[in-house]
Amino acid sequence: MIRYVVRRLLLLIPILFGVAFLIFFIMELSPGDPATKILGIEAPPEAKEQLREQLGLNDPFFVRFFNYIKDIVVHLDFGISWRTKNPVFQDILPRIPISLTLASFGIIFATLFGIPLGVISAVKQNTIGDNTLRVVATILVAVPTFLLAMLLILGFSSGLGWLPASGASSLISYILPVITCGGPYGCAILRITRSTMLEEIRQDYVRTAKAKGVPVNVVTYKHALKNALLPVVTTIGQNFGAILGGSVVAESVFSLPGIGSLVILGIRSKDTPTVIASVLLISIFFAIIMLIVDLLYAFIDPRIKAKYAKGNQ
Amino acid sequence: MKTFLFGKKPTADELIEVESQGLSRSKEIWMRLMRDKSSMISLGVIVILVLVAIFANLLINKSLVTEQNVAERIQGPSAKHWFGTDLYGRDIFARVVYGSRISLSIGIFTVIISTTIGGLLGAVAAYYGGVTDSIIMRITDVFLAIPEQLLAMTVVAALGATPLSVIAALSVAVIPNRTRLVRSAVLGIVDSQYVEAARAVGMKSQGIILKEIIPNTLGPIIVVSTQGIASIILTVSSLSYLGVGIQPPTPEWGSIIFEAREFLRIAPYMILLPGLVIVLTALAFNLVGDGLRDALDPRLKD
Repeated sequence: MIRYVVRRLLLLIPILFGVAFLIFFIMELSPGDPATKILGIEAPPEAKEQLREQLGLNDPFFVRFFNYIKDIVVHLDFGISWRTKNPVFQDILPRIPISLTLASFGIIFATLFGIPLGVISAVKQNTIGDNTLRVVATILVAVPTFLLAMLLILGFSSGLGWLPASGASSLISYILPVITCGGPYGCAILRITRSTMLEEIRQDYVRTAKAKGVPVNVVTYKHALKNALLPVVTTIGQNFGAILGGSVVAESVFSLPGIGSLVILGIRSKDTPTVIASVLLISIFFAIIMLIVDLLYAFIDPRIKAKYAKGNQ
Repeated sequence: MKTFLFGKKPTADELIEVESQGLSRSKEIWMRLMRDKSSMISLGVIVILVLVAIFANLLINKSLVTEQNVAERIQGPSAKHWFGTDLYGRDIFARVVYGSRISLSIGIFTVIISTTIGGLLGAVAAYYGGVTDSIIMRITDVFLAIPEQLLAMTVVAALGATPLSVIAALSVAVIPNRTRLVRSAVLGIVDSQYVEAARAVGMKSQGIILKEIIPNTLGPIIVVSTQGIASIILTVSSLSYLGVGIQPPTPEWGSIIFEAREFLRIAPYMILLPGLVIVLTALAFNLVGDGLRDALDPRLKD
């Protein structure tokens, strides 16, 4: 098991290297001279030239990329932001906890409402409750994240006045953003839980357990749900990218100063170092989550656990 | 044999009759789809949307999209302005109608481009295996490591925010996903007997991929593509809303809402009505996708 984790972590290195190269290359395509962006249009050409030399912008693409990676690996230096003139890492650091809070509460919220409601929907198939849940889930998946955010603000913030519409001063201000990025995600979980549960509760082993007199709740939650969880966990993993995308929107609409809103700020102000560093960081986070999801399989499915055990021998 | 195309809903008996006659598979799928009410309504909605987008210039004078009329600014919905007017007194309904050209065409073209390229890459990877497969899939892994929306944003940032570059950006972001999907679908059939038979009679590899393998993986691809149009329309509007996609005054649906965002409290109609159009469109594509999935494989239907 530990060997597997280590191997997976090592495999991450070439992928993240590739991500860095890809983003570096994409941003290379963007027009405009960095020195002009930093110093302003009126700055004397000599000063610009000096800055270019200083930042190594006159070097060939691959040399610059190599130096960029070297600085990150050796000094944890992601370059200087063209917008704030601070080291990018210093700009990003205070934003990390905010994005982490949003994403983790988002995933918890989505799972907590997706799985139980999915199970209920399957057990009570074709009742009013099931149909209502299905309709709501189907519609919610079609609502753009920013619109959902605006509707929540309209309803709970300016309408009822219960919750703040912006800022990150307390956990309460996270409620609406969490619903925004967790809601559609939870609906995806609900839909997959429902359909796999429907398959499971028709299996022979469920019928046998019921015939033997095991209480219905025990059969549903202990027997069937356990077997239905595997595809659900896959969905949770596969859609995690969506929650990260959603959190970018949520951070912008609710003015949460997280990494997502930094990406937007960076793109709007053409601040390449910030964009590269934030996207890289989000991808690292994404990769770690995918690794955790893979490891979760082992806990849910004994067959996969057995495979790991074999690999260790 | 009666034809049911656009006719009345076939009954179960008629379906059995058709099935027993061994009709072509596409006709059989179409029949099953016709029995699904929500798919048929959604298909109707899509047809109307596409027609409106194509014939927008016949329905509404194009000058209304940009014409500013300060005297009529920020007016609620009325008989004259169905969706009301915006900050500059422009007719929001006209902007939404013309916006459908941009939003729909970005959605449809992105799906066509990404599915074609991603599908070919996936099919080639799975068919040839070995080094080809490794190279394609390792590169795909790198793209997949970046959340789709973020990747699209960075590409738009680099290429500039025109509709064409948005299509390119979204295609780049979606291709890896399709590559993986098609690869796994093809892996399931690459060892099947008919592929072996095609090889045995001396068909060339390109021929086998194009004529034998791809047609047999079309089912899941069509379902994912239909729903892909919905998700791309949502992503495009999100990009515009975040100010990194189509820029105002171009009337893309997201950018119409972006321009109105300050008026959420005073004039919510400016946001809710165009928003409703986005939701209806995405919902229609999703429901048709659901219906197609059930029609392609009735066993999946609960």
